[in-house]
Amino acid sequence: MTGAAPPAPVAEAVIETRGLSRRFGAVQAVDRVDLEVRRGEIFGCLGPNGSGKSTLMRMLLGLLRPSAGTAHVLGCEIPRECEQLRSAVGYMTQRFSLYDDLSVRENLDFAARIFGLVGGVRRERIAASLARYRLERYATTRAAALSGGWKQRLALAAATIHQPELLVLDEPTAGVDPQSRREFWEELFELASAGTTIFVSTHYMDEAVRCHRLCMLRDGRRVAVGAPAALTHALAERVVEVADAHPEQVIAALRASDLVASTTQLGNTLHVLLRPQAPPAREAAPRLERALVAAGLGSARATPAAATLEDVFVAIFLGERLDANRPEAP
Amino acid sequence: MSALARLGHACARSLRRTLAIAHKELRQLARDRLSIGLVAGIPALQLVLFGFAINMDVRGVPTAVLDHSHSAISRRLVGELAATQTFRIDRSIEEESEGFRLLATSQVGAVVVIPSDFARRFYRGRGAQISILADASDPTVASAVALSGQGFGQDLAARMQPFATGAASAARRLVPGDRDAFGPQSEIVLPEPLRVEVLPFYNPERRTAVFVVPGLVGVILTMTMMLMTALALVRERERGTFEFLIATPVSRLEVMLGKILPYLAVGFVQVALVLALGVFLFSVPIRGSLVELAAGTLPFLAAMLAMGLVVSSASRSQFQAMQLSFFFFLPSMLLSGFMFPFDAMPRAAQWIGSVLPLTHYLRIVRGIVIKGASLGDLGAEVAAIGAFLAGALALAAATFRKRL
Repeated sequence: MTGAAPPAPVAEAVIETRGLSRRFGAVQAVDRVDLEVRRGEIFGCLGPNGSGKSTLMRMLLGLLRPSAGTAHVLGCEIPRECEQLRSAVGYMTQRFSLYDDLSVRENLDFAARIFGLVGGVRRERIAASLARYRLERYATTRAAALSGGWKQRLALAAATIHQPELLVLDEPTAGVDPQSRREFWEELFELASAGTTIFVSTHYMDEAVRCHRLCMLRDGRRVAVGAPAALTHALAERVVEVADAHPEQVIAALRASDLVASTTQLGNTLHVLLRPQAPPAREAAPRLERALVAAGLGSARATPAAATLEDVFVAIFLGERLDANRPEAP
Repeated sequence: MSALARLGHACARSLRRTLAIAHKELRQLARDRLSIGLVAGIPALQLVLFGFAINMDVRGVPTAVLDHSHSAISRRLVGELAATQTFRIDRSIEEESEGFRLLATSQVGAVVVIPSDFARRFYRGRGAQISILADASDPTVASAVALSGQGFGQDLAARMQPFATGAASAARRLVPGDRDAFGPQSEIVLPEPLRVEVLPFYNPERRTAVFVVPGLVGVILTMTMMLMTALALVRERERGTFEFLIATPVSRLEVMLGKILPYLAVGFVQVALVLALGVFLFSVPIRGSLVELAAGTLPFLAAMLAMGLVVSSASRSQFQAMQLSFFFFLPSMLLSGFMFPFDAMPRAAQWIGSVLPLTHYLRIVRGIVIKGASLGDLGAEVAAIGAFLAGALALAAATFRKRL
């Protein structure tokens, strides 16, 4: 699906946290999170708003002090040694954090200078960045005048101008159109295949599924971690699809069934997640079909289906814990 | 690589980062029409607004007495002067040059000169005269001194009559030296009205602009410098660019310096602008050295910029920064001696005023521009600003965080 191969199994952890926590007053924003991100992988961080993704990232960068726990990033102890880390890390904030009143080139020039690039190297890097992210024709445009997708490119260009080992991206594609998002992810895979480790948070399932590995956060807790395929594998035999011309009646009937945990409507198809204690999908599907016939919905067809990350997400939010801690991707 | 070379490289890198921020800041400033308007508009507006005089009753003008007469009657005269309450006799001096130095550095507002023949002329009723050298750079003070001096001359005769006519015996008993000096033949006659000559110095025409324009330099710097630095930093926080900045290798010091440096330059532009406008619009004379003025301005600018950093650390939004700046700006304007003569203020107000850097900077800028004083004479004022600067920097360093 992604085109890029999973990273070679390198033991070295670029990010390693143990019990990392952060409390804001009464709110436990991040709660005892253990993570291990390996060199060269795209590691996704998935979770709803307020689940602690940004707080976690800010702690990893030393921008916020943890309340408890330890973190090592690129071998530096955080937050004590975070200043040594700066020139090896690129950070793209959730909000556009470059200067609206400077042009694209001026923003890149500022980033390059701040990261200590000088003279010819700086000019070469800026030119290469403009070319790579196809920003040349906007070089003299003020950042404020760029559309969302182009701002995203500029931010990525600025965050990578010093060729960091680790790139931390906080919801980089929020509010960006699908085409721009696709292109953005292509850039990420190029960076990853060149050896850059990428820690990225997202709302989008289609992006999460492209990560080498990902963790899911809920209320500051890590509720799942693993390769997307491994996570969906944990829900094998748990998904059934039901097709019918009158899905709204089918939904009502399915919700009454004690086999069903949740239903998601996709046009005239219903994506059904079975309860953990329900029989495997190949047995559950005929049973559901019979129940529907009994309810007068004779035209409904139920077939076992592959689980998606969306199902993983739903299962987790129904309270299941799905740690697929197996390092190998299937 | 030697340790020294490594240190050198680290410093060079740090300097480059600082300059990168300063450079970026100037670029942004050049594009921000509102800020450019502030830089040029505030001085122009204020200059026009404060072109009007604000006349105040003046009391307690610090005064030095140069008594060449050394007589009982001259001491009595000094007592009577103090009783007018316009003058506050602070010190007596021996040399005229010291009087000028005190005037030039604003340590006194008037110098009373009693000539050596004062007692003789007084007792003979023959044109006894004193001189009051008044610092007329502040026309309010000058007017008050002139008025009070002349009134004093008018009724002094009447009030000193009992003393003068208190018989030769009394005079002999009290001040035998006088009688000895002038001999027993000297007659005590009713004195004619004492002639008090008031000599306005520095601003003889008592033009308000001459006094106000140099003061405006300080007021405008206080207003714009603090606010602009504070806004420049708070804006970064508000717009989220601070998060990008602090995730880069820049240090706290580099951010602070990079933010301050451009505004130092802006500050000097403003000084030049106000003085130029003052010279061309109001014919304000610039008597002292511009180089010394620049040197005296530097610590004051730095103090204001440091205050801007403190304000930025304490504010969450640009609006808050604005309010906080005015919280500092208002007392500066009211208690520094810009609006009201410093010496006429209540004691408590003077205490607060003497902490404020503007108070001392006003003395520096007025001293140099109006009176041609040298910076060396104004060392105490520079030191006071330096002390404030040190405090503000310490506070800025303690409160400025490179964290969210």
